[in-house]
Amino acid sequence: MIPPGLTVMLFLQGSFSGRGMKKQTIDSRPTGPKPLYDPRVRALFFQVISLAAVFWVGWVLIDNTLSNMQSRGISTGFGFLGESAGFGIIMHLVPYDATMSYGRTFWVGLTNTLLVSAMGIVTATILGFVIGVARLSSNWLVAKVALVYIEIIRNIPLLLQIFFWYFAVLSNLPSPRQSVEVGGALFLNNRGLYLPGPVLQDGFGLVWGAVVLALVAVVGVRVWAKKRQLATGDIFPTFKVSIALLILLPLVAYFIAGRPLEWDLPALKGFNFGGGITLIPELVALWIALSLYTASFIAEIVRSGILSVSQGQTEASKALGLPNGLTLRLVVIPQAMRVIIPPLTSQYLNLVKNSSLATAIGYPDLVAVFMGTTLNQTGQAVEVVAITMAVYLTISLLISLFMNLYNRAVAIKER
Amino acid sequence: MTQHTESKDVQAVNKPGIIRVEGMHKWYGNFHVLKDLNLTIDQGERIVICGPSGSGKSTFIRCINRLEEHQQGRIIVDDVELTDDVRHIDSVRREVGMVFQHFNLFPHLTVLENCCLSPIWVRKTPRREAEACAMEYLERVKIPDQANKYPGQLSGGQQQRVAIARALCMKPKIMLFDEPTSALDPEMIKEVLDVMIELAGSGMTMICVTHEMGFAKTVADRVIFMDGGEIVEEAPPSEFFSNPREARTQQFLQQILQH
Repeated sequence: MIPPGLTVMLFLQGSFSGRGMKKQTIDSRPTGPKPLYDPRVRALFFQVISLAAVFWVGWVLIDNTLSNMQSRGISTGFGFLGESAGFGIIMHLVPYDATMSYGRTFWVGLTNTLLVSAMGIVTATILGFVIGVARLSSNWLVAKVALVYIEIIRNIPLLLQIFFWYFAVLSNLPSPRQSVEVGGALFLNNRGLYLPGPVLQDGFGLVWGAVVLALVAVVGVRVWAKKRQLATGDIFPTFKVSIALLILLPLVAYFIAGRPLEWDLPALKGFNFGGGITLIPELVALWIALSLYTASFIAEIVRSGILSVSQGQTEASKALGLPNGLTLRLVVIPQAMRVIIPPLTSQYLNLVKNSSLATAIGYPDLVAVFMGTTLNQTGQAVEVVAITMAVYLTISLLISLFMNLYNRAVAIKER
Repeated sequence: MTQHTESKDVQAVNKPGIIRVEGMHKWYGNFHVLKDLNLTIDQGERIVICGPSGSGKSTFIRCINRLEEHQQGRIIVDDVELTDDVRHIDSVRREVGMVFQHFNLFPHLTVLENCCLSPIWVRKTPRREAEACAMEYLERVKIPDQANKYPGQLSGGQQQRVAIARALCMKPKIMLFDEPTSALDPEMIKEVLDVMIELAGSGMTMICVTHEMGFAKTVADRVIFMDGGEIVEEAPPSEFFSNPREARTQQFLQQILQH
């Protein structure tokens, strides 16, 4: 007669009626609703049901996996991380060779992922802000070029764009012997981009010292300029002076120390280049594609942020005599930022996660190295997938955390 | 204290023709909004502009600080002609304060910061001095206790009084009011009008676009009636309300004074 759901509800009625009574006397309400119609009881009921369902599904999955793995004789655990990997990786930021452990391949993959993500975030942000502002330009040509860029780039799948840059553009560059050469120092060919690498000589410490000194001086100038503005109202050209300090001080130190810097120029050795710094084409293609793709979304976010600041704000600022530059800096941008930050965070998260498409062109990121080769060789699917997912989750949550902290700082206070 | 002596000096000088509008026309595309406006306003004069909606009143006063461009004729404010020259525009805007229908306070800044922004960045006043001056004006509009709140935390009437104080902090020679009470609840209109009446008494040159006919009667030196982008009638309030010359003015007054 009574459906099972209702029995649970009846059970809940009994256990919560006492608390309900107390509440009623405090609120001095004459009669509360019957537990069946009490929203709090209903909410609790559905929460208990869904929590139970989640636990049941989780338990079934884990139990099923464990028993299947046991029956096939697959060992579980993270012991495999200490075993020798035995495969080479074309690019590594941490020291690595084939004799090192699987655990090491994890760090190689992770640093490569972080490298391309960081490079992508920086360029996508700069490009996105420039294009977003250009989209609002009163110059017809500039605005239309920005519009065409956005509409083309954001409507083509990212994977295609990565293939385009890798196979259609970078693979068709000349071979190392016919490299595109700039001043005997920079070479571009189908094996990558070769840049001169700095080699620090004795005495370069003086230059580092000058850099530190310049940074301290910049902070000092800023504090002093702010104090002076508060006291006298004069506005000091802090930005220009800071830039001058940052460039001039290290430069002077460099010459005083007798130019203690030499460049390791890339040179053709046999069939390929040696020396200097190499950017492999996989990295370059992925970096370009991620930057351009994400920039088109950031541009739209920036545009919407600026448009969200009402015309009245600009008018009020102009009516107070603030020139255009100050209006933008003191009135429009601070208000636009609060609209821009949350979706910008999403774009950063997308960029980091999209960097896993690296595996399609063989850039050795975390997914390609660790979830690709390492997983294939060890067969430890559950452990490897779990670690990789946890890593992406951690990176994303960290980015969200920092962006939220920043957002809280720029948020508008109301009521 | 220094302000009072200053404003008295200003009153004593009473420069004729601080605003001169000569044969001014404005178009929005093909739409002829303002047609051949001619008007001279002396320092210390209080002008009320009224007229039906769409008659170009707001557009006209927005031309005086170049929030709108005019296409023909001349506008000369305090001996500076408004042209495309950015320096002229900036120097006129420094001397002309404006209060908007929708207040347009900066929501990311406190009341005090709203008031100090322009004195600090445009007049290059030391912050302490700017804040002291802002507090003086906030006291004059009777809300010094709200100085550290954000605009979103204030009522409409309070926000509009802050907007008036913000404009006054630049110590302008001329104040423009663009329907300052139109977005307010009835009981808040009075507090804003009181501030404006007090300001009128101090000798400020004021141009108000408003439908508050009581304000026009008590405060204005001249009332200007606009319709269809033209100045239809221009008279002292006593004459304007009791004995309007033009048929269109009579019709307008009949409609708004019925209630």
